[in-house]
Amino acid sequence: MAEYKLLTKDFGMDGIQTLAVYERIGGYEGLRKALRSMTPDDLVAEVKTSGIRGRGGAGFPTGMKWSFLPKAVHPRYLCVNADESEPGCFKDRALIDENPHQLIEGALIAAYAIQAPIAFIYIRGEYHDQRLLLERCVEEARTAGYIGRGILGSDFSCDIIVHGGAGAYICGEETALIDSLEGFRGQPRLKPPFPAVKGLYGKPTVVNNVETLSNLPHIVLRGGAWFASVGAEKSTGTRLFCCSGHINRPGVYEMELGTPIRELLEDECRGIWKGRSLKAFQPGGGSMQVLLPEHLDLPLEMDAVQRAGSALGAGAMVFMDETTCMVDVSMRLVDFYQHESCGKCAPCREGTYFESELMHRLEAGILTPAELATLTDICDNMNGKCFCPLGDTATWFVMSAYQAFREEFEEHCGAGGCPVKRRHAAMAVA
Amino acid sequence: MNVLTPKTRAEIERQRDRYPQARSAVLPSLWAVQHQLGYLSPEGMTEVAELLRLTPSEVQAVASFYSMYFDRPGGRHHVLVCVNVSCALRGAEEIVSHLEGRLGCPSGGTTADGAFTWEHTVECLGACGGAPAMQVDHHFQENLTPERVDAILDGVRDAPAAEGPAGRPHRSGGSAAQRAS
Repeated sequence: MAEYKLLTKDFGMDGIQTLAVYERIGGYEGLRKALRSMTPDDLVAEVKTSGIRGRGGAGFPTGMKWSFLPKAVHPRYLCVNADESEPGCFKDRALIDENPHQLIEGALIAAYAIQAPIAFIYIRGEYHDQRLLLERCVEEARTAGYIGRGILGSDFSCDIIVHGGAGAYICGEETALIDSLEGFRGQPRLKPPFPAVKGLYGKPTVVNNVETLSNLPHIVLRGGAWFASVGAEKSTGTRLFCCSGHINRPGVYEMELGTPIRELLEDECRGIWKGRSLKAFQPGGGSMQVLLPEHLDLPLEMDAVQRAGSALGAGAMVFMDETTCMVDVSMRLVDFYQHESCGKCAPCREGTYFESELMHRLEAGILTPAELATLTDICDNMNGKCFCPLGDTATWFVMSAYQAFREEFEEHCGAGGCPVKRRHAAMAVA
Repeated sequence: MNVLTPKTRAEIERQRDRYPQARSAVLPSLWAVQHQLGYLSPEGMTEVAELLRLTPSEVQAVASFYSMYFDRPGGRHHVLVCVNVSCALRGAEEIVSHLEGRLGCPSGGTTADGAFTWEHTVECLGACGGAPAMQVDHHFQENLTPERVDAILDGVRDAPAAEGPAGRPHRSGGSAAQRAS
């Protein structure tokens, strides 16, 4: 089975970033239909029927998230989470680069569903060109009457503000995103209250991912029931998988949920490069546990991957060939979490430093077996004990790799260097 | 005396008036300062505080949290190389050593001629499909090879500073290779 192109079907089309071309292919018809023939409640019901679950990582049902807003409390706000920073993840950037108006239309539909007068697009600072593109598209849409007062002659008014971040992974966590948007250090807030009750400026707020929102024009136009017929029973629709690492054709591929991972790897990614074999892969970005070649027949389906001990997360597939050192990969990921820990809670702030220190000494081959044994202890003191998921997930890959590749970890102790790299360098010379 | 130009101050006021609450304009205002000065000077941050009716320490506390704001001046161009997993699997460390040799300074440093400040980062840049990747003055450069890096650097070396980057990073993680050795 090939890609199932719903959100990506117009990628690569000449001029798709302009309103004229987007309108010519039926753009903003979803918004028009929603405003003309649906009440906000109808829309929430339709999205519930679609079964769509959030594409940012947690996979929470979108319609249900919307329905948590308390009745009759206004104003409410929509935040579009474009802070994509998960290691291995680059789909939201593609959705913005390749079809920015689809996202803007989706955001306006969501804003109408929850009756938000302002939608904020929080985009990571590194996506500088993408922010400028969105700003240009917002102005275009405003001039055409899709944004502003009385949109398309309805009594719904909504403004869109594009807000650039400045380098902080944690701002992808919804309460940290809100803190950052309010002009503070982006640190997560205690939940409850959840953003739906008390979010931006203390008002009811919905935070939705770029890919989730980009689905909405299609759900409105073709119906929630149609959407639910695509994909798997509890993972409806498609997802964009960001494929990277040791594969022949890295890139973003949109797949119907339920498709075996093997098809994604073999048909779209064209297999592992250099004629080598797969050693391990990460199915959901830097935060998720390692999976092995034996897991390739799992379906791209959120619950199935979870049962196998990992998760589809933000849709990033990182493939590693037989020459990869799992200690080196773990070390890089641990470094990432250490760098990105916001410092609010001790288990994460201190734990990621301990982890990083230990992994660097292990990769350098100067750790003792007794010291390696403390890795489990460090991670036990973090997982489930941190203020937000960042600290928990800082342990997931490394612990799963330690479990699956214990001999490789132990072999590093006292080896005076990386034994895996040494082995493959020797093989290359021979 | 103001260090910010009337244009920068006007941009900060425009940002302030866009939001339901003025404080939301801190990040965009700091970007405006960095675009003008190349980094965030204490005086620049104090002016932001005045315009947004905050204290200078409140603004500085926000600025120091985010890795893309610079706390000191740097080269005309800024080069940021990703060394997270997807890039590392496809040769990021080779790019890092090449840059180190080519630019003659370690990560976080500025070249003697003032043309480049460069650093490597564990922060995934979101260019894993084109790994190894880097950003030069905020623009993505992907599928790097040492030869491509040279061509890219030669192409911008003599150009004036772009509106935006410059400055030196105030925090940077060591490269995996460096720190392990």
